[in-house]
Amino acid sequence: MPELVITVARFGFLILLWIFVFTVVGVIRRDLFAGARSGRLVAAPRAVGASTGPPAKPAKVKRGRAAHQLVVTAGQLAGTRITLGEAQITIGRAEDSTLVITDDYASARHARLVPRDGQWFVEDLGSTNGTYLDRAKVTGPTPVPLGVPIRIGRTSLELRP
Amino acid sequence: MTAAAVPAASPATTGEAAGARLARSRRNAELSLLLLAMVLVAAYGATVEANVLDTVTPDFWIPAAVLGLVFLGLHLVIRWLAPFADPALLPAVALLNGIGVGFLRRYDLAKAEPDQRETLAVFAGKGGSQLAWTLGAVILAAVLLAIMRDHRSLSRYAYTLGLAGIVLVMIPAVLPGRFSEVNGAKLWIIVPGLGQLQPGEFAKLALLAFFAYYLVRKREVLSLASRRVLGIDFPRGRDLGPVLVVWLISLLVLVFEKDLGTSLLYFGMFVVTLYIATERVSWLLIGLILFFGGAYLAYVLGSTVGGPFANFYDRAQIWLDPFAEPYDRGYQLVQGLLTLGTGGLFGAGPGGGQPTLLPEVQTDFIFAGIGEEIGLFGLSALLVVYLLIVERGLRAALAVRDSFGKLLAGGLAFTLGLQVFVIVGGISKLIPLTGQTTPFLSAGGSSLMANWLLIAVLLRVSDGARRPVTGGGPVARPAGSPPEQLHGAPTEVIRP
Repeated sequence: MPELVITVARFGFLILLWIFVFTVVGVIRRDLFAGARSGRLVAAPRAVGASTGPPAKPAKVKRGRAAHQLVVTAGQLAGTRITLGEAQITIGRAEDSTLVITDDYASARHARLVPRDGQWFVEDLGSTNGTYLDRAKVTGPTPVPLGVPIRIGRTSLELRP
Repeated sequence: MTAAAVPAASPATTGEAAGARLARSRRNAELSLLLLAMVLVAAYGATVEANVLDTVTPDFWIPAAVLGLVFLGLHLVIRWLAPFADPALLPAVALLNGIGVGFLRRYDLAKAEPDQRETLAVFAGKGGSQLAWTLGAVILAAVLLAIMRDHRSLSRYAYTLGLAGIVLVMIPAVLPGRFSEVNGAKLWIIVPGLGQLQPGEFAKLALLAFFAYYLVRKREVLSLASRRVLGIDFPRGRDLGPVLVVWLISLLVLVFEKDLGTSLLYFGMFVVTLYIATERVSWLLIGLILFFGGAYLAYVLGSTVGGPFANFYDRAQIWLDPFAEPYDRGYQLVQGLLTLGTGGLFGAGPGGGQPTLLPEVQTDFIFAGIGEEIGLFGLSALLVVYLLIVERGLRAALAVRDSFGKLLAGGLAFTLGLQVFVIVGGISKLIPLTGQTTPFLSAGGSSLMANWLLIAVLLRVSDGARRPVTGGGPVARPAGSPPEQLHGAPTEVIRP
């Protein structure tokens, strides 16, 4: 084997190794920022033509902003994000809850979030210590605005666009 | 009212689109990364043959292709059983495993007679058996993914797993040396004529599942009741019980199995899980103080009393000054350091080194052996790959929606990182050398299987973490399993 080929192979392998590393980093990076980017994309369109072509400028941004994420802002699960779909979110200590909170002040089935016509409602499921929307105790199904904390024991949750 | 009616119609559609965009499974990215990793393994094999044989045989790609098929199988299993698992884990681990197989095959080539080198069979020698072990380990990982459809089902067997873990740790300690001792470390179960198994590798997985379960139960008392000293919250004396018990067990491992690495691994695993559960820095401080105190005590006892502590004292002496007896006790470490030095920045090229001069190059010192040939530049790439695997594990821990999963994934990812630190620190003389395997690289079936099981658990947790919410729970339970809510929900909701 000529010396040149071996030298090329030797350094080529090292370069390929680092290309692999940076490709993996690239995949991870896209993964990390995927949520943030599509959050921005989705927040805008409200009109009927939302699904066709580039979105027009939103007419009523504040009114129409739909919640797409449920973020835990305080408590032991702080930082956890749940992507909202059309299914209800159950919260409690029971292990089959969507959000399992290990909190002494939470009940096994504490509360649930239900979507109706694009609006999310919080509903207390007869918990011992109650569910609070900001400062007010939740008694019946209550619409949840974006960014207003839902408090359960030591855990706080917020809807985000 | 019309303004209210229009928004009512569209959130569902855009919400769905957003859900689909946010919840991409990224399996195709995994597949292409996997292909790139296998190209790298094939390139490694070709360069080795060019250097060792002075020609590239037409069969150079066969080991890489076999590996590629094995990993492709696991990729398909992931597509089927864990479609939202992390896309970076499998390719990164596949690369390390492939380089390990490639290096062991390269070691076989160096050992073989010159006229037999060109016809070395794919499944011959250390490299061949490592290839076979990889097949077994990947099948095991796939089976685990198939059985464990939800990582929370693991918590049901927590006490069983904890007991199994302790038994596995203890077996080598109580077996007579003939059945358990290899190179001075009593870590093995040796069945004469059949082979040997390192139960500690599996024990760490079982123990971690138990730790995670135990700490989810106890985190409140461990993190709330405390005394404040110097601005750091220290736990009450009676809450120190479990950490002291684990400390004692790991010290016993150190004494009876003569293995600092394993003992450091168990203890570090527990302390970090405790830290993740309570978010208290004081646990890390207590852990470090206990470990260094214990290690120093063992060192002092080794120099004065000897007996079971003598082995640790010897290793510490070699670490402090390996060049004191470079042809005797320090031989292995000195050769390892010289090997790394020979490699320099860019290495001698795959196949260009002299791995046969380094004792234990196929297991403990594989990182030094690879380092001679790919240099610091290549070694740092491998270390970054390890770092990425650990990072993805921690990311899964952050994102998963239940405490048990958080502790499990965080603890497993940290354990993997700690093991790499212990062995790489050992061969580069940062800490006393101890016989740990380098995950995915070292020859050895037990280590390979245990680490692939670990990756399977991480894949499962990351699948649970990234899966979009669809039903009542994040993951559909397999049919036939008992409902989990009764098991997992402690009924006392006390404290007004």
